[in-house]
Amino acid sequence: MNYLEHASTPRQSSLAPSDKLARGLGFYSLGLGLVELLAPRAMTRALGMEGSENLVRAYGAREIASGIGVLSDNPVPALWSRVAGDALDLATLATALSDDNPKKGNVKIAMAVVLATALVDVMAAKSSTALHVRPRRMPIVDYSDRTGFPKPAEAMRGAAKDFETPPDMRADIGTGQRLEPMQRDLVSRTPANTDPVGQPPAMNNQVGL
Amino acid sequence: MKALCWHGKNDIRYDTVPDPKIEHPRDAIVKTTSCAICGSDLHLYDHFIPGMEHGDIMGHEFMGEVVEVGSENKKLKVGDRIVVPFTIICGECDQCKRGNFSVCERTNRRKDLGDKAFGHATAGLFGYSHLTGGYAGGQAEYVRVPFADATHVKVPSTLTDEQVLFLGDIFPTGWQAAVQCDIQPTDTVAIWGAGPVGQFCVRSAVLLGAKQVVMIDNVPERLLMAEAGGAITINFDNESVIERLNELTQGKGPEKCIDAVGLESHATRSIDAVYDRVKQATMMESDRPHVLREMIYVCRPAGVLSIPGVYGGLVDKIPMGALMNKALTVRTGQTHVNRWTDDLLRRIEEGQIDPSFVITHTVGLDQGPEMYQTFRDKLDNCIKVVLKP
Repeated sequence: MNYLEHASTPRQSSLAPSDKLARGLGFYSLGLGLVELLAPRAMTRALGMEGSENLVRAYGAREIASGIGVLSDNPVPALWSRVAGDALDLATLATALSDDNPKKGNVKIAMAVVLATALVDVMAAKSSTALHVRPRRMPIVDYSDRTGFPKPAEAMRGAAKDFETPPDMRADIGTGQRLEPMQRDLVSRTPANTDPVGQPPAMNNQVGL
Repeated sequence: MKALCWHGKNDIRYDTVPDPKIEHPRDAIVKTTSCAICGSDLHLYDHFIPGMEHGDIMGHEFMGEVVEVGSENKKLKVGDRIVVPFTIICGECDQCKRGNFSVCERTNRRKDLGDKAFGHATAGLFGYSHLTGGYAGGQAEYVRVPFADATHVKVPSTLTDEQVLFLGDIFPTGWQAAVQCDIQPTDTVAIWGAGPVGQFCVRSAVLLGAKQVVMIDNVPERLLMAEAGGAITINFDNESVIERLNELTQGKGPEKCIDAVGLESHATRSIDAVYDRVKQATMMESDRPHVLREMIYVCRPAGVLSIPGVYGGLVDKIPMGALMNKALTVRTGQTHVNRWTDDLLRRIEEGQIDPSFVITHTVGLDQGPEMYQTFRDKLDNCIKVVLKP
């Protein structure tokens, strides 16, 4: 039995290059986010955007959240959130491209950096999606013949009736005398929590091995 | 020899490592003929279980041929064909004598770590972190089996590897999960997680005579396989688990609930799942216990919760009020494999069940690294991977 079609050539490591790239972006996100959160004034000054410190702090928090997501066991949504974040960064930087901004040159450099980062983010998000996300229209193999039984499942119901639950795994420890299934109808006629002579049953903690 | 080794989160490599040697007179060396990737290996792969070190050999589901035995090992001889239980047992301590093999008191050689993590150490396990002894695992060409005179199941040559391999873990794990429920003919047993263990939970619950077995998951091919085994299925992407379970039980809830998911539940559309994701990613919670919460909520009062799914550390927002007031019984633990294997081997020999039904992929050991990813991401209709060294 071999249904393997997804994998073609053996890989030395389960960590694919796109996983490593994503991880790098995760740490980059954390680093940038910390700088934005802790030193927003340095950034706004360099970009001629004084007064926008709170916005930069908010973007820093967003970067940190993205970084944590990218480094989690499910990085794909966070990678795409980085792409959206790049678009937001570019739009924000574009507002600082006015002719009266003496740091307009720095803004252009920053936009080029964000654009390059966005390209890397898109690449990482697309390759991680392709590698890890189960396609919505993935052909489903029909396992309905995989019963594991020699007969239809319904015919196997109770086939292990020779098995007796060990005393330490019974669900009725301490609640009454244990009855075999065929005696169960007696339960309704017997007062609860009493044995046939009306005494509370003893706890049975012995393991039958 | 070649082996699959852990090198960090999501980084399993096909490495060349030194051959194992006899280190103790009770040991044996086994030449692996078949091994498998277990769902609980994915918790190591995703690095949710602490105590892994670079280069640790993975794997705790394996079998093969004995090629060397220690001087005090009188139970095995060269040439014996054995399945190796994932729990290493001495067979002599107080817990082993009680049949509580997964909490053997002597086989965890890193008892200090186990004591710190859990209060008291549990048994040694193959390839499952240094909290459980740091023993080399079975996804390798050869394996040293400590306490091998007790830690083995001899299997007859009349059965194939595929029929008996799962005696080492997932079959007895599914069986114990059902046994812990003490299934009665009137019971509805609800099982969360249609992975390999969940599939064996379904078959075990059917064999043990449950009136209804219900499987909850959202992976279509896995639900199909569960249905084949006799389960009514609930796809939680399409319908409400709580409403459907109540509908199936005249509003009373299932008497018995089994968590075959563990710490990485993927309930993508619930608020608590998002909450767990955030807390886990920010290291404020180690496990995602959505299934536990849902089981506690839906289970019938005085019912039983059986938890074979692996949890590693700390969980948050467990509805203790419901658990206590509903008088629920919780049974859990790693599997006491050897407690069940004689009986289960007999059932396989008699043809009552053929565990090979669950295998969807059989590949060489060298393809192990990518199969970890395929299995984890549920790609290619993957349910169970068997590796051939």
